[in-house]
Amino acid sequence: MHTLTLYALIILFLPLASFVLQIFFGRLIGPRGVWLSVGAVAITLVLALTMLFSVVLGSPMEHYPELVWFSLGDFSLTLGFQLDNIAVVMLVIVALISGLVHLYSVEYMRGDVRYTRFFGYLGIFTFSMNGIVLAHSLLMMYVFWELVGLSSYLLIGHWFEKDTAADASKKAFLANRVGDIGMFIGIMLLWSVTGSFTFQGLYELVDVEGGNLFAGQMGLLSVAGVLVFMGAVGKSAQFPLHVWLPDAMEGPTPVSALIHAATMVAAGVYLTVRLFPILTPDALLFVGSVGALTAVLGALIAISQTDIKRVLAYSTISQLGYMIMAVGMGAQQAAFFHLGTHAMFKGLLFLCSGAVIHALHHALEHTGDHETDPQDMRNMGGLRKRMPITYATMLIGALAISGVPLFSGFLSKDAILAGTLAFAQHHHQWWAILFPVAGFGAAAITAFYMFRLIFMTFHGKPAKAKVNRRVHEPSLVMTGPLMVLAALSFALFFTLPGINPLHAEGWFTKIIPQAENLTGYPELGVEHLEHGFHQAHSQAVRLSVGVAGSGILLAIAFFLLGWLDPKAWAQKLQRIGLYQLSRSKFYFDEIYDALLYRPFLWLTAKIAWLDWDLWDQRFIDGWGRGTVKASDVSGWVDYHWLDQYVVDGLGRVVAWMGAVGRKVQTGRVQNYVLWALVGGILIVIVAANF
Amino acid sequence: MASLESYLFIGLVLFCFGLYAVMTRRNGVAVLMGIELILNAANLNLVAFNRFGGLSEQLPGQVFALMVIVMAACEAAVALAIIINLYKTFQTIHIDEAREMRG
Repeated sequence: MHTLTLYALIILFLPLASFVLQIFFGRLIGPRGVWLSVGAVAITLVLALTMLFSVVLGSPMEHYPELVWFSLGDFSLTLGFQLDNIAVVMLVIVALISGLVHLYSVEYMRGDVRYTRFFGYLGIFTFSMNGIVLAHSLLMMYVFWELVGLSSYLLIGHWFEKDTAADASKKAFLANRVGDIGMFIGIMLLWSVTGSFTFQGLYELVDVEGGNLFAGQMGLLSVAGVLVFMGAVGKSAQFPLHVWLPDAMEGPTPVSALIHAATMVAAGVYLTVRLFPILTPDALLFVGSVGALTAVLGALIAISQTDIKRVLAYSTISQLGYMIMAVGMGAQQAAFFHLGTHAMFKGLLFLCSGAVIHALHHALEHTGDHETDPQDMRNMGGLRKRMPITYATMLIGALAISGVPLFSGFLSKDAILAGTLAFAQHHHQWWAILFPVAGFGAAAITAFYMFRLIFMTFHGKPAKAKVNRRVHEPSLVMTGPLMVLAALSFALFFTLPGINPLHAEGWFTKIIPQAENLTGYPELGVEHLEHGFHQAHSQAVRLSVGVAGSGILLAIAFFLLGWLDPKAWAQKLQRIGLYQLSRSKFYFDEIYDALLYRPFLWLTAKIAWLDWDLWDQRFIDGWGRGTVKASDVSGWVDYHWLDQYVVDGLGRVVAWMGAVGRKVQTGRVQNYVLWALVGGILIVIVAANF
Repeated sequence: MASLESYLFIGLVLFCFGLYAVMTRRNGVAVLMGIELILNAANLNLVAFNRFGGLSEQLPGQVFALMVIVMAACEAAVALAIIINLYKTFQTIHIDEAREMRG
């Protein structure tokens, strides 16, 4: 077996072993056993890093081992790995964030009733996520795709005693199912034309140069691409299926960091990046539109939320929208770059919010306060001095996501924005300008709400002074991951050996080049696209620094210095109904409730009436009642006629004969003698005469 | 010398007397007496047939009659024992009152 195959197998199955260990032997080993899980993920990180270093040092990874799973006649299904540069980078991201979250959870989840089970679920999540990353075919990816959905369901519902958590886990699972159905149809559509599930096979068979199997029916390819993309819409929480992600914040915060910020929700982007070579311009336009809409929508909702985790959740939705939009613009490299940087700083932001919630929760318990919500930012304020490390690291995360130079988010966001600008410059239709507008607008709003979060949480006067005095920094097990991720939020780590903080040139762009689109449209040619990005770059840098700066300044004016009164402005905006629109998340839940749930419940009630009242009660039970009636009649006939007359009649005849016959038996010996005499005489008479 | 018929006639009369006693008397002892009469009527017939029937010198009729007499003695002993037990059980020796066998 090839060494790389062995590495991939170990990376894939070690977390599964951790799952088996924690689920079946967790109680036996006890809470200390979770360090085994941490160790297992650490080993996968070491292996992934080994592969990454060999790639960075100059030997591109192109290893596609596969084995036949089963064959049916001519058709055979293979299992295999797609070990290329993108997969290696993704493996490192997953192993790193998963390892840090494992470490962080050791402290964060301490004392939880299902402590070891939690680590088991983290294990199966990591296993399935690695499966998605390594899968060499859409079908194999789909299997792990569902497994990821399952582990997300299990982890959101970790505290299933809370109704909200149980509901949120169901909602997440169902919203994902909607997307996954589209994805499955898309996979089958691609297969029905090409007969291949594997990425390599699809790339070859769709390639215009190699005799495109879709030639003459590119519309079908567009439809197939959009359908497969539906899976990404569900998993990456894109409009209109984004509603599950904010609710998923009911899960423990480390889960939010690992699954609902850094890795699982990025799987949709990963899929779209993998799919990019076979997406037609029409499909890409759809993808880009969904992404742009989601980016703006998420950012607008995040402004007015007060729950610290929900702000971050909508921020995640918005950032995922960015990545999806980038793929739609053709900037596939930028999308994957943003995926990588976002995983670091958004994981960091979530873990920081977890530290704050953790500290506040314990402080509230100490003061005997069980009413105050430790996740509501209105109950925070002034935490800067109590939690300096958390403050510093979260500030770095906020700077990174806002797109401030020197930080990683600046580079990747800038690449995406350059992509949208280039798109607008090469498409002369009026609507093309909407993409850069959405991109820069969302960037400004992102900077604004992130600093609103920082100021409301860490600055100003404490909302509850008594609680504030009890708040203290968590231990190194929790702050360690924060510091590691904060360090990785600096631009330097993504541009080495380059050190220009305004330019993304470096190891990352070297090993993840812009991918070739194979559908044969000149506007999607690599050189054409890269030329456009290059031209738009300096313009994008200036604009993005400008919008990020104005967003941050606006936040300072509102929430730090108090020059502007947020409440007054909220009222002003409310006059045209805007504030409430954002506060109630654009009424998505209400709209789905009115358009989907209630009609559906009404329909099910009617069907239940048909099934229960009509079918079951009338028809099925009617049979029962008819049978009872028929058996009543038959029973009456049986008893009154057959039994009484025929059966009992025979008995009565026999009884009558017995009654007659018994009279002979008088018990008088002399009678018997008389009869014996009569008999004797008769015998003599008969004997004499015959 | 009297003829065979006269012996048979005497036997018949004895038999009828005995039968009448057996069938009409309520007293168990009297019934037993009737049975003795019947047995003796039979004995008379046996001896008469031996005399007039020209049978051998070995006198089987007489021997048979002797057997009957012996048997009658045994039968009387057994029957009397039954009557005593009857009395013990029913405090009567009237056989029509012992009707346990009535159907």
